[in-house]
Amino acid sequence: MSAEATTVDARTGESIYAGGWKSWLTTVDHKRIAVLYGATALIYFVVGGIQALVIRLQLAGPESTLVGADTYNQLFTMHGTTMVFLVLMPLAAAMFNYMIPLMIGARDVAFPRLNAFSFWTFLLGSILLNLSFFFGGAPDAGWFGYANLTSERYSPGMGIDYWMLSLQVLGVASIASAVNFTVTILNMRAPGMTMMRMPLFVWMSLVVQVLILLAFPAITVGLVFLMFDRFFGTHFYIPAAGGTPVLWQHLFWIFGHPEVYILILPSFGIVSDVLPTFSRKPLFGRPFVIFSGIAIGFLGFGVWSHHMFTTGLGPVADTAFAIGTMLIAIPTGVKIFNWIGTLWGGHIRFRTPLLFAVGMVAMFIIGGLSGIMHGSPPVDWQQHDSYFVVAHLHYVFFGGTVLGLFAGVYYWWPKVTGRMLDEGLGKIHFWTSLVGMNLTFFPMHFLGMDGMPRRVYTYAAGTGWADWNLVATIGAFVVGLGTLVFYVAAVKSLRSGEPAPGDPWDGATLEWTMSSPPPEYNFAETPEVHSARPYWLHKYGPTREASTHTMEEGTPPQPDEPPERIHLPSPSWWPLFTAFGFALAAGGALVGLAPVLLGVAILVTGVFLWAFQPLERPGGPVYGPSAASGD
Amino acid sequence: MEHRTSFGVPHRKMAMWVFIASECMFFGSLIATYLAYEGRSLSGPTPEEILNIPLTSVSTFVLLMSSLSMVLALDAVQRDDRLWAKVWTGGVIFLGGLFLAGQVYEFTHFYHEGLTLEANLFGATFFVLTGFHGAHVTVGVVWMTTLLVMMFRGTLGPDRATDVEVAGLYWHFVDVVWIVIFTLVYLIQ
Amino acid sequence: MRSFAPAEAFPETPTIAERTPHELSDLPSPRRALGAASRAAVALAPLLLSGCAVSYSTLEPVTDFGRAILDVYGAVLWVTIGIFVVVEALLLFALWRFRSRPDDPDVPEQVHGHTLVEIGWTLAPALILFLIAIPTVQTVFRTQAEPPGEDPLEIRVVGNQWWWKFEYLDLGFTTANEMHVPRGRTVRLTLTSDDVIHSFWVPRLGGKRDLNPGSENTLWFTADTTGVYEGHCAELCGTSHANMRLRVFVDEPDVFEAWAEEMASPAEPDSAGFQAFLASGCAACHAIDGTPAQGRMGPNLTRIGDRTTIAAAMLPNTPDEMAAWLRDPDSLKPGVLMPDLELSEERIDLLVRMMEDLR
Repeated sequence: MSAEATTVDARTGESIYAGGWKSWLTTVDHKRIAVLYGATALIYFVVGGIQALVIRLQLAGPESTLVGADTYNQLFTMHGTTMVFLVLMPLAAAMFNYMIPLMIGARDVAFPRLNAFSFWTFLLGSILLNLSFFFGGAPDAGWFGYANLTSERYSPGMGIDYWMLSLQVLGVASIASAVNFTVTILNMRAPGMTMMRMPLFVWMSLVVQVLILLAFPAITVGLVFLMFDRFFGTHFYIPAAGGTPVLWQHLFWIFGHPEVYILILPSFGIVSDVLPTFSRKPLFGRPFVIFSGIAIGFLGFGVWSHHMFTTGLGPVADTAFAIGTMLIAIPTGVKIFNWIGTLWGGHIRFRTPLLFAVGMVAMFIIGGLSGIMHGSPPVDWQQHDSYFVVAHLHYVFFGGTVLGLFAGVYYWWPKVTGRMLDEGLGKIHFWTSLVGMNLTFFPMHFLGMDGMPRRVYTYAAGTGWADWNLVATIGAFVVGLGTLVFYVAAVKSLRSGEPAPGDPWDGATLEWTMSSPPPEYNFAETPEVHSARPYWLHKYGPTREASTHTMEEGTPPQPDEPPERIHLPSPSWWPLFTAFGFALAAGGALVGLAPVLLGVAILVTGVFLWAFQPLERPGGPVYGPSAASGD
Repeated sequence: MEHRTSFGVPHRKMAMWVFIASECMFFGSLIATYLAYEGRSLSGPTPEEILNIPLTSVSTFVLLMSSLSMVLALDAVQRDDRLWAKVWTGGVIFLGGLFLAGQVYEFTHFYHEGLTLEANLFGATFFVLTGFHGAHVTVGVVWMTTLLVMMFRGTLGPDRATDVEVAGLYWHFVDVVWIVIFTLVYLIQ
Repeated sequence: MRSFAPAEAFPETPTIAERTPHELSDLPSPRRALGAASRAAVALAPLLLSGCAVSYSTLEPVTDFGRAILDVYGAVLWVTIGIFVVVEALLLFALWRFRSRPDDPDVPEQVHGHTLVEIGWTLAPALILFLIAIPTVQTVFRTQAEPPGEDPLEIRVVGNQWWWKFEYLDLGFTTANEMHVPRGRTVRLTLTSDDVIHSFWVPRLGGKRDLNPGSENTLWFTADTTGVYEGHCAELCGTSHANMRLRVFVDEPDVFEAWAEEMASPAEPDSAGFQAFLASGCAACHAIDGTPAQGRMGPNLTRIGDRTTIAAAMLPNTPDEMAAWLRDPDSLKPGVLMPDLELSEERIDLLVRMMEDLR
């Protein structure tokens, strides 16, 4: 972490990220865990991005021989799995971790050690998945791993084993952190921080946690069945024994469609907080934006079969799921209109976070509208599994999620690192990303309309698909270049960036009431909240407020020193130890029974050592009056 | 850590509720699969041939009684009644263990009757569903045993009643899941 | 709303392509709007595709099924393009109009929302979606009902890694990878798979439907334009998913009859070639009707000389390509189940000649 050396807590004179590798392995501070999540996600972003570039190179022309069929299938499987589970989810998790406690006025998350366990489990699961490249071959049945292609008979290699085991490990990490954040958000809000006063990012995070809690069990069960089929000879997905591969499709998409909202809602939250800050207005129609987010999450559980319109479920199911899908478009539209309403009448400052937020809105509209198209089953029969859907999903995930998360990265980077990012580089990053992604993904609409199927490693010369494929490949490299600019800007900022003040954007919410980066204890004094925009009201008072809000009172910036003693949780080895046992138990299944049993033994031991270790111990971090003199 | 909470509920208790919501989806998916595959096995043994309802009714009763014991154990801990806390906690462990013994007997018996994981879809769905439930009971028994050891060491007083309450929530949930499984798998065939 | 009444069974309706612009203008208005939209979409497609070959285009259907889909597709496409233009224009206008200026007052007016506006932009999309839902649901039910007409041509399509088996159930023969159907007669496909899930997709014939092992799906269409239409498997089915292609020939009815008659008659392979066929073990997997070769694992080769392509529409059916295929199938189609039999060049020559003669 080069962040260590450069970011200094203004109050203590020592970086909150200081300390050797041991301090990182044992940390239970949500801010450090957030940095770990973010750094991991940004590394995997490079990995998944390189996979994407190789895919695009292979498809740049017809009948290319750059990579073979096997390698290509591994590449797109790992590209999808990596981007979904190892980039977008952990990058969002980094922001949940860092920002949720700061935004609701809490000292940490509800279960700091469980938080560390979630991260280590995630990291070890991700390593297990990627080990497949070196030992036994990467999975090659798509990120959706449709049965019965994944059965022992049709995928005899180890790739699918790696995939199903690591996904179960990642699932446990996600559920553990979802329990943690749900309790944190519901139960650790500062006095006066009612649910309706929570920042939109916190709200959308809450919806995401609930979706994770309710969606991941379905894929876990699906993966358990697959594991039993492959390891223990059951026939859950084997047609010859009466099983049906379509069962997997149901279980996968009962998870998979909410997963789409798990990936996009954090961006919705970020945009809903960034747009007001940079137009210097409150969020337009705040309750509508909140409830439309809840409605999206709720409806998201009732539409999974729109991924299965070609499976042959019959007209009644097709109709029901088509109507459900169209219903989701309504709250989504409400959000978009409210964002435009927020900009309307504002004083819009075109800083990098705003550009990314607006770019997200503009691009997500395209992804949302093409989604409405294949929400209609007859249209879907033509578009399904064609490049049209590849275009659609990338407008949602790159245009929506990635641009939205980058809005968050640029917005909160100064808070996290204590350094500003270079505006000029940020703008180059934005414009190359925007131009590049449209060059890459827009032509895919045409390719899909012109009948090009997905997941093909090659296509014939006479198909007429070559030109747009070449354009898409060029676009992908433009995106790659833009992303590179971000990494350069990040390193530059950490090395020599301008020091960030506590409130660089003239923000409205609690995270801006403290120094950048925040002190280890976050809030010297528990804030009292009387408004959805506590800090804005403190700075500007109720002037020019619409009438109903004039009685609100602001929340002042945090004092420099805690007025009372603050004891923070002590570092602990046991989350890492326990996570290691769990990952070993899962990964060991690739080798034999002995490592599994060893892993379980470590896991159980870890749980007990953890349970009987007090959270706060003598010698742990203490701040406040006479803290220096020792206890 | 749990000085003040927005809902006045301890974090761990809320966490257990949240976790239980997630577990509902887990068991829901397993049960839905069992029902979807009911009667689709290509060969025997079938549920009608093999399920022993009287025996399992006894197991079910045992598990129900363990929940009663759990309630009484929590009550005793909250009242600081050290003796009865241990007795009722021990009761939970004993009854949970008895249920597990019944399941071990049932599984072994089925295995000898030719019902294995590989035998047919019924075997696969039945063993995976009830097996996961049994694993949950096992975790509960280990958890309760840990609490019992703490009681004997005198480290679990009324100030830590939440520890027992959270374990109790888990235990009751696992019990309720069994009632659903018993009804859908054994009674309504 | 006469035009949406189910009574107006769509197979009888003249297709958009068959109508003159004059006829179109006589249609009732909602239908005309949809028709015009899809026509415009069709017209737009080649422009957008910069004049590429359009043999796969989803926007140029040649069947009733494809046209029914295109009606919905066109409507939905233009509605979404309309929404796109309006919303993006609003967004860009707001960004331009409300950019911060040096002479701005300290803070803009703090507007928190407007309930009526909220209701408006909730109801408006709901209404638009309702309008999309009507033709959607109608088409969903009509295209999945029993096919019209007395006597559909029944073809059973069986997916295999990575080729297609076509069983003409009423006509009593089986072929592979190239399907012939008569123009003007309804064809009903029964779709299933022998191994993993595949998906049947010939874009110009209409939408795709999956081939699920262990169960059957159906799909029917009536082609109205003769020609050769290319398709491919649309569900990832393993290593050579990209190489699982097919061709559908829509023939004039008499041409089809002649083809079918020939297909149903037993083949008489050249005897030297057939001896090589048996000696090389080909018959373990391949059948030639009318001979002892009755393998079922691989494609039926009875009239392979008639086909325009080999290896699931991957390669043109020429002696050279056939020889290359026999020499090393895996190098052409990675993962293919057909083994490299290490045939001598003489034997390859015999086999190629025999197969090219199997017409």
